[in-house]
Amino acid sequence: MSVTVTVKIGVLNVQGAVSEHVDHVKWVDAEPVLVKHADDLVDLHGLIIPGGESTTIGKLIRKYGLFEPIIESAQGGMPLFGTCAGMILLAKKIEGHEEPHLALMDVVVNRNSFGRQRESFEADIEVQGISDGLFPAVFIRAPHVVAADQGVKVLATLDGRIVAVQQNHLLAAAFHPELTEDVRMHGYFKRLAEQYQAK
Amino acid sequence: MGTTVGSERVKRGMAQMQKNGVIMDVINSEQAKIAEAAGAVAVMALERVPSDIRAAGGVARMADPSIIEQVMKSVSVPVMAKCRIGHVVEARILESLGVDYIDESEVLTPADDKFHVNKRDFTVPFVCGGRDLGEVLRRIAEGASMIRTKGEPGTGNIVEAVKHIRMVQGQIRKIVAMSEDELAAEAKNIGAPFELLLEVHTNGKLPVVNFAAGGIATPADAALMMELGADGVFVGSGIFKSENPEKFGRAVVEATMNFKDYDLLAKLSKDLGTPMKGIELSTLQASERMADRGW
Repeated sequence: MSVTVTVKIGVLNVQGAVSEHVDHVKWVDAEPVLVKHADDLVDLHGLIIPGGESTTIGKLIRKYGLFEPIIESAQGGMPLFGTCAGMILLAKKIEGHEEPHLALMDVVVNRNSFGRQRESFEADIEVQGISDGLFPAVFIRAPHVVAADQGVKVLATLDGRIVAVQQNHLLAAAFHPELTEDVRMHGYFKRLAEQYQAK
Repeated sequence: MGTTVGSERVKRGMAQMQKNGVIMDVINSEQAKIAEAAGAVAVMALERVPSDIRAAGGVARMADPSIIEQVMKSVSVPVMAKCRIGHVVEARILESLGVDYIDESEVLTPADDKFHVNKRDFTVPFVCGGRDLGEVLRRIAEGASMIRTKGEPGTGNIVEAVKHIRMVQGQIRKIVAMSEDELAAEAKNIGAPFELLLEVHTNGKLPVVNFAAGGIATPADAALMMELGADGVFVGSGIFKSENPEKFGRAVVEATMNFKDYDLLAKLSKDLGTPMKGIELSTLQASERMADRGW
């Protein structure tokens, strides 16, 4: 007899749009777990790195001893999903900037590449394999992917700029699915988490 | 492809990205860099911090645009700036400079003694102050995308900030508990638009992010605001009027994000040097109270 265990998805609880992601995780019938310390990563099947200020979040995950454990979990196969600042944290290189943060995805990102807040916008875009039609994407002082290595699948572009990518179990979007009521991206991430759980 | 700038979602969303963070007042690029290094999620570019505005007296206006531009060039975090209450043109100037958020603020001398800026008209989002739910919802009705409970700026005294956040949170709890047929009369009593009051009743929270401000002078003060339900804090005079701004700023940032971790708060509160000298509220004349500005 097999017992079905609910898939547990962590949300990095340092700064930014944490509660919005928690709501989305609930809406796709997964169990949200707030992650602030390394112990919180145990038993997770996936981790979301929310939007916020990447410099602030990057600093604090180092300070709280989350930096190495997150990298180790990802290297062990745990799916990660970064939105906006989360995408910047996952990138191997940040254009025109100091050192990268988690450096797990083979992409180069440009911060605030769509301009300042007054240039921030919404657009309906196609997200390959996820949206099946258009997805309402909210871009807030958003980054974009300038260059992606071969192993990286481009899921969405806007005016020729790459705005969503996947590299195996790692998923990143320049926009904020957590600011809409659309749960398709979170649903897609849940399936990645379920695959990891089944292993 | 069709894109929409300045939608409600885009403007409110910007504030949502700041949650659990600290927004610090700065008056030049050196301070802005210190604030960013300390972990501020945004900086407020000013000509003077509130305590110096108090000391200087006279009419306080929008900062010199060159100060704001200097700050915008020196940091990558969002930059906010203040316009006077009701001063539509100062607000338009700030928007044209490209600031990320405008604070229509009672810290400056009001330009209009009856009306606030119609913030719906702008692409850039606004934050406004409020002392109670009625005031807060009137500002949201005018298009504010973020709220800060006012406190009493530039005093280093937390008592008014506590009063205002408790007032707003207490009123929200009351509105949630009311039956729907009591809401229209309550809207009249507190001077709140009915539709927004109904939204609070249904969702159990404000439709926008609410930070606390006005008198936060220590890491424990910041943690207290979070404990009382704030989504983040503004620290004005507190950081750069303290003895060691960098250390102090870092401590406030960490205290805000870990407001329930009392062992950490104890550690953060050690050896910070002298915080800003506070003002006992009863020594302020009615005309010196900034929080009473706003209609």
